[in-house]
This record gives sequence, C-alpha cells and structure tokens, in this order.
Amino acid sequence: MSIDAQSVLNETFVLNLGPQHPATHGVLRIKLTMDGEYIMDADPVIGYGHRMHEKMGENRTYAKFLPNTGRMDYVAALFNGHGYVGAVERLAGLVVPERAEYIRVITSELNRISSHLLWVGAFLVDLGGFTPLLYCFDDREQILDLLESVTGARLTFCYYRFGGVSNDIDDDFVAGTRKFIASLRSRMPMYDAFVTKNIIFRKRVEGLGAISAETCRKYGATGPVIRGSGVAYDVRKAEPYSVYSKFNFDVPVYTQCDCMARYLVRIAEMGESMRIIEQALDTLPAGPVMAEKVPRTLKPAKGDCYFNVESARGSFGVRVVSDGSENAYRLKLRSPCFSNMSLFRECSRGMLLPDALALLGSLDLVIPDIDR
Amino acid sequence: MITYIKEIVCGVYTLFVGMWITFIHMFRRRVTLNYPRQSLKMTPRYRGHIDLKRDEATGQPKCIVCMACQRACPSGCIKLDGAKAEGAPRKALTSYTLDFTTCSLCGLCVESCNFDALKFSKEYNLASMNKDDYRMDLLKRVLEKK
Amino acid sequence: MSRDMIMDIVRLVLYVACLVGFAAFNAAYLSLLERKLPSWMQLRRGPTEVGPWGLLQPVADGLKLLSKQILIPQGADVLLFRLAPVMVAVPGILCLVTIPFSETIAARNFNLGLLMIFSFGAINVFAVMLGGWASNNKYSSIAAARVVAQNIAYEIPLLLVVISLVMSMHTFNLHTIVDQQAGGFWHWNILALKVSPMMPIAFLIYFTCMLAETNRAPFDMVEAESELVAGAFTEYSGMGFGLFFIAEYVNIIVGSCVGTILFLGGWDSPFGFLPGLHWFLLKMYALSFAVIWVRWSFPRTQFYGLLNLSWKILIPLALVNLVLTAIMLKLF
Repeated sequence: MSIDAQSVLNETFVLNLGPQHPATHGVLRIKLTMDGEYIMDADPVIGYGHRMHEKMGENRTYAKFLPNTGRMDYVAALFNGHGYVGAVERLAGLVVPERAEYIRVITSELNRISSHLLWVGAFLVDLGGFTPLLYCFDDREQILDLLESVTGARLTFCYYRFGGVSNDIDDDFVAGTRKFIASLRSRMPMYDAFVTKNIIFRKRVEGLGAISAETCRKYGATGPVIRGSGVAYDVRKAEPYSVYSKFNFDVPVYTQCDCMARYLVRIAEMGESMRIIEQALDTLPAGPVMAEKVPRTLKPAKGDCYFNVESARGSFGVRVVSDGSENAYRLKLRSPCFSNMSLFRECSRGMLLPDALALLGSLDLVIPDIDR
Repeated sequence: MITYIKEIVCGVYTLFVGMWITFIHMFRRRVTLNYPRQSLKMTPRYRGHIDLKRDEATGQPKCIVCMACQRACPSGCIKLDGAKAEGAPRKALTSYTLDFTTCSLCGLCVESCNFDALKFSKEYNLASMNKDDYRMDLLKRVLEKK
Repeated sequence: MSRDMIMDIVRLVLYVACLVGFAAFNAAYLSLLERKLPSWMQLRRGPTEVGPWGLLQPVADGLKLLSKQILIPQGADVLLFRLAPVMVAVPGILCLVTIPFSETIAARNFNLGLLMIFSFGAINVFAVMLGGWASNNKYSSIAAARVVAQNIAYEIPLLLVVISLVMSMHTFNLHTIVDQQAGGFWHWNILALKVSPMMPIAFLIYFTCMLAETNRAPFDMVEAESELVAGAFTEYSGMGFGLFFIAEYVNIIVGSCVGTILFLGGWDSPFGFLPGLHWFLLKMYALSFAVIWVRWSFPRTQFYGLLNLSWKILIPLALVNLVLTAIMLKLF
C-alpha cells in the first residue's frame, strides 16, 4: 500500500500543449512532462508549418523568391526581405542608391515598431489582460496604413528589390510618418501607466523566467532576449549594414534577465526606432530608388555570401550560395526564433505552467519563422 | 512595515490609474467600421488582383503578348495567349487567365511589364463559394469594363 | 388556512417568480453588458447585429445554449454532474429573497438576512467543486480544487469586514441596516469614519473579496484558464454551461446588492430627498459596472499571487479594521 502511495506521489504525467494554442503564437506543440503543476521537461515539437522555403529558394530564380520572404516571419516581414535582398546584392555586386537605403531603414524601423506593438498586445493576452491588445492594434493600424500606401500590402510586404525598393515614398508618407511618431510618443506614457507600472502585471512578470547570458550564448539567442540578459549585441551596431552607421541611436540593455527586462527592452527599442526614423526623415536624400542596370534575371557571380539583419526578434541571417545560374544553389535562412525557442526547454524546468507560458510569450516567437 | 504599506498603497494606485485609462477610452472615437455595411476605400497602391489596362484610343488592352508577366510570376498563375491577325502590326491578346487561387499578390508581373498593360485592381471583397470564380478571365473583364 | 396565510403565500410566490425573472433578465443582459462595455473601452462597438444595438444578443446566446446537446462524459458521476449546475444557480436566487430593494419591496425580510446570504454563498463554492469533480477529468478537478482554495481564502476577509459592520449596526437585518444609513451620503457606511477610520478601505476589501468569490477577473484563474483547458466547466455543454454562466452573473448581482446595502445606503438618495427603488438599482448597477470594468482593465493574477493577496494583505487589513471598529465602539 505504501509503495503504491509513493509511486502516485512521484508520478509525472505528460500534458500536450497542442498545436492549437489559445495564445496566438502559431502552431507549436510542446510535450510537457509535469509533476503536479511544475514542469519537469518541455519538449517542443516543431514543423507543423514547414513549407520548404529553403528548397523553394533553389527552385526559383532569385527574383521569384521575393514573395516568400514576406511569408516566413510575417509580423516583421521587411527584415526578412532586407536580409535576402542584401545577401544577393552583395553577391551580385549591386550598389543600392542612398535614397533607397534610407527608405529601407525607415520602413524597416516602422515594421519593427509594429512588430513590437503586436508583441506587447499578445503578451498581455497571454497573461489575461485583453484590453492593451486593442490599444496596440489601434496604434499599429496607423503603421500598416502608412506602409500600405507605399508598398501596397499590410502584412506580407514584397517591397525590396535587388538594387533598391520598388516604389518611391511621397510627401504624404513623410508627413504621415511624422504625425504617427508624434502620436505614438504621446501614447507611450499611457502604456507605461497602464501596463508597465500595473502591479498585477509586475507581479506576473518580474523575477520570473530568468535566462542567463550564458544560456543565451549557448543557444545562440539574439535580439531582445539576449539584450534583456545584459549582453549589448545588436547587429546594427556590431556589423552595421545599410546606412545604420549614419544614425545616432542607443541599444537598450537591461541586466535583470527576467521577463520584465525583455519587455522593457522592446518598449525602449520602439523609442529608439522612432529616433532613427526621425533622423532618417530629416536627412532623406533625393535621388533614384532603384540601381541602374539591374538585369531582369539576375545571375550573380559564383560565390557564397551571408548577410544578417537585426530583425524584431533577433539576428535574421540569409546565406546564398550561387553557382552562377539564375537559381541559387543553396539558400539558408537563419531564423532568430528557432534559436530563441531552443532555450525554452532548459529554462522552463521547475517552473509553474502559467509562468512558463509567460516565459514563452516573452521570447516573442513567430512559429512560421521557426518552421519556414 | 512602512515598505509593506507603501507597496500596497502604490499598487492599489496603479490599479486605479489603469481603470481610469480604460474609462476615458470609452469616450474616444470608435476605430472600427461596421463592415460590411461600411467599407474602406483602398489606397492607390493597394495590391489587389491584377487587371489589364485598356488603351483609351483603340478600346483594346495594351498587352502585346510578350509573355514577360507569365515568365515573372513565381506561382505560375498567369496564362496568356495571343495571335497575330491578318494585316495587324503585332500580336493581339486572345486569352488571359489569372488563377487567383495561387496568386500571392507579389506584383512582379506588374513590374515586369514594359508596356504598362497591367495594373492592380482595388477589389478586396472577394469571398465566394465557387472556386471557378477565382479563375479570372482578365480579357473578358477589360473588354466588358465601361 | 386563514385568509392572511393565503395572501402571504400568494405574495411570496409572486415575489419569488419576480425574483427569478429579475435574476434571469439581469443575468442575460449583464452578459450583453459584459460584451458591450469592454468593446467601448477597447474602441470598438460590441455586438450590434442581433436586434437594435445588439439587444437581442442574449436571446440568441440563450437559444444557442439551449439547442446544444448535453454530453455526459464517460465515467462521470451522472447525478452529481447534472446536479452541480442547478446547485450553482439556485443559491443566488435564494439570496435575492431576503434583499430589500426599497422601503417596501422585499420578498422576505429575515432578522438574520445577512447571515443567510453568506451561508448560501458558500453552497455556490461547493457546487462548483462538485461539478469539477464529477466531470471525471483531471484538469477539471485541479481547477475545482483551486476554486475551493480561492473561495475559502477570500471568505475570511469578507466575513471580517462584515462582522465589523454588524458590530456597529447591532443587527443582521438588512432592512434595519439601510434604515440606519438614511439621510444623505454622509450617513452611508462607506464614509462612516466614526465607526472605523478605515471604512473606505473596508469597502475596497469587500469589493475585492466579492470579485474573488464570484471568480471574476483578475481572480479568474478557474474559468479563464486559457493555459489549461476551460477549467472546472470543461465537460459542460449546452444549458449546463449556461447555468454556470447565469449563476456567475446572479452572484455578481447579489454581491452588488449586498454591497449597496452594507456600504452605500441601499435605497437612500445621496442628498436626502426622493429615496426609493431607483437609487438602489442605480447603485447596484454602478457596482456591477465596476465589476465588469475591473475585469477588462488588468491581467490575471497568478494563483499564488491570489492567495498571497488574501492571506498576507487582505486578512491583516480586515483584522486591523475589526480591532479599530471595536476600539471606536468602546470609546464613543
């Protein structure tokens, strides 16, 4: 009898946090081995959204792959486009005009702000507060309207081309962006008072989900995850690309390593993005937005090139191996969410389930980016 | 003891601030539309499905059947055909179908056209119960348009 | 059977029928308010399609719930499974029997009315636990166990606050409690600093405990458990779930009524003239609005945060309030 009781006490059960999530992360399945309420092991199962983008890169010409770039991490689609286009441009030796580079920076930073706003809303929904989501989406609508007036799409942008961007921006866009920045700046104190300082939110998020800098390095986590653990690594400063070296901005770093630190990093990043956009709009040069003499079907020289950008989620990298033909020989996409998610298993051991889900939320995962 | 009380008071204050914020939002302007009774007008650059452009002088589509759009499409959803009529200077379009079920709205076809024959339509209310509605005959559309 | 007794029985039956109607109507339209209010706070419009301004939405919801098949899971305890929703819905209506809505409108005015309300409130907890256990689903039983822990933890400060009030009012009779607060808002218990200097704080404690007793956010770990499945009500479908739903809103109504009576002066008008039923309803709906308002403004607390709040903050404050009331009573 006592042996039975003992085995019941030590019994763990497997809970399947199935591919269908109430929390809107995407199709991620996690097999949790639980002891009562505590997680003993979390085994993520990915691949439900695998669409073989890398293989499609080999089957299509370089230009035909452009729509795919918007479909991987669709929340921050312009960064993926920038990575791909940057890698091919480096291989092919194309020089992008200044105005195009500035436009790329402005639209990318707008996309970063919209991605972070969506993350704040979704994170709060995970924690049970449904109202901030709607406020964040209201602000995000303005960004999406701006980007729609320029690119024609609201989510899966296919805007960057080899050698520049496809459409030029006009004065309405510049005025609209300045207006938006002013309006978002005036809203940030509201978010601060409503969310950041809220005692219930703080109790849910402070001191929980600690990820040490060492763990981040081990798993290759980048982006706000590693910047919330005290390491000031940002691709825009470490390996400057495009025209980021011309702008004056800080990289927010917090050392507390908990979910609150990652939240604060993203809020601060929104402020920094607004600074970059303002500086870019102030110094926007005139000129063409597309390089001259870009061949219709690009056949870059034989070679191997890696280009990484600082996406909203981390360091997004694209490696293109070209064999001189019009299709790439190999296209490798380095997904930031994949590395960020891989540390969930180690960090969630011994946590309560709702706390572990808060940790998962704070990693800012977009599952199609993991699955590609 | 003092920190305990201070923490409670500050915490309760933040709750009241939060409630005040939701309260004042009740009186702000609504940001939603009563769709489908009201709908939005799309921006000029909105990428809906493509449409052929018409030459106002002749009333015929501008397309000269160079097949650049068919070659540029990553999803293979454009199929066009043309024939040279007797005595005509160049090929004329005989059929142009867009399989919208595989179109990804990337716009590479519009960009690849050197003769300004394609444009984006602004339609987005495209729900249908019938898959054939999405095999669009763009030639018919442009000839029937007023 | 004397004529008086017959009249009494007829009156009681009429009252109870009206109360059931009142409770059902309120539960239905409070559920609509629950969708309209947050949509107004969230810059959108809420249900507008069914009926003008969405007023027929509860009818549509009710029809939907009625038309669903009631599935009983295999291995569930059938009697308890069917009994639990009924046991949840009934005590709320029973509590309404003893609440005086105005000077003359009360179904049955007991001398121990307040005690009766809290006793019936406890049955509510028991019923949810039964429902969770009888579902033969381990997540439901975990959630049901949490309901019990939460409700026990929050009953204590609630009763402590009420005890301190009863000490000063010298009665459990709800009608008398309101009578003693007559004459304008400075006489209401919420501002009765002569009874206890912590009276407004006592009201906040009461409000928080009411939120926790009715399992409303931010203390709704039980029902809005989007991490695990739907909590204690997972296995319920159709009207079984509907009854749990109705019971939640009836409990909010009862809690608001009791709060109005204990702290806000019942049917008394703030400036002393024209007291009546309309003031009672206004105050009750203001409290219900506050309950809904709180739900949509904050995230959910963690389970241990919830218990910490009760045991480490609310109970000490309520005890201090009790001691202060006793001191004030002795001194003045």
